[in-house]
Amino acid sequence: MKGIIGKKVGMTQVIKDNGEVVPVTVIEAGPCYVVQVRTPEKDGYRAVQLGFEEVKPKRLTKGQRGHLERAGVPMLRYLREIRMRSGESYEVGQVIRADIFSPGERVDVVGKSKGRGFAGVVKRHHFGGGPHTHGQSDRERAPGSIGACATPGRVWKGSRMPGHMGAKRVTAQNLEVVLVDSDRNLLAVKGSVPGPNGGLVIIKEARKQKVAKGGK
Amino acid sequence: MNLVESLERQLEPNPNIPALRPGDTVKVHVRIVEGTRERVQVFQGTIIRLRKGGVNANFTVRRIAAHGIGVERTFLLHSPRIEKVEIVRRAKVRRAQLYFLRERRGKAARLKELRK
Repeated sequence: MKGIIGKKVGMTQVIKDNGEVVPVTVIEAGPCYVVQVRTPEKDGYRAVQLGFEEVKPKRLTKGQRGHLERAGVPMLRYLREIRMRSGESYEVGQVIRADIFSPGERVDVVGKSKGRGFAGVVKRHHFGGGPHTHGQSDRERAPGSIGACATPGRVWKGSRMPGHMGAKRVTAQNLEVVLVDSDRNLLAVKGSVPGPNGGLVIIKEARKQKVAKGGK
Repeated sequence: MNLVESLERQLEPNPNIPALRPGDTVKVHVRIVEGTRERVQVFQGTIIRLRKGGVNANFTVRRIAAHGIGVERTFLLHSPRIEKVEIVRRAKVRRAQLYFLRERRGKAARLKELRK
């Protein structure tokens, strides 16, 4: 499976030749280096370990430096694994750039969503909140009833309640690649992508692509 | 310069649009796609605002349609759907956004022509 590590740059829009305006997220993707190849014989599964973003050696631990030196690649800040299908082959040291994708392709983008801290039910679960008037006080953003009386006598598991929101892994599926700038390693995908600007994202071939009729 | 800006700067504005100013009366020739057919429609009116912002730069044209109903349309400066823009008349205006025209009707909504 094709994949690359990148950094979210920000959003803008692109105007197509027919005048259609497309909202896009720009991602600085690659250059990534293949640091390690996982094989079924040795590791029990097939994957490539990619590294992204060159960094000063002193920013890394000795263990990380040794790992990267053994692979013969520059010092890299981020290491992530991408599962491989059988039949694909990568070599350690190989460089992967944004041009592995081409406009029109569909991709999934994985990122870490923005942290919202301890959030109430209105923000976290889109509850409506309570009435603002008719003698109500302190009810504007309250969750309302969370259960019945003596039956069942407890709150059901999984009830939507306040709690920590965001800062977790989110995948935006099936986004269209709109632009590829291979000189500057930029990708533009249609729509939004999880995480803040500057956040790390992993771009992979889309898993749920529509296959054309008669295709494989 | 950040990367988004540099990407936007590569995109050229539509070359068929001349330099515009608020208060200009213009004829905007817009390409309209109806199913498979394509035709050009002309929208004539006064520019009431210009907005900057990279690829999103746009201008709004106000015209008085039938029964004195005001119609405003916003066009993107980068849009290839605009065939051309003709400047019919330039007016002397003292502000960048001519929103006061919305409250005026008939003779009161005129603008003084610019003298060179």
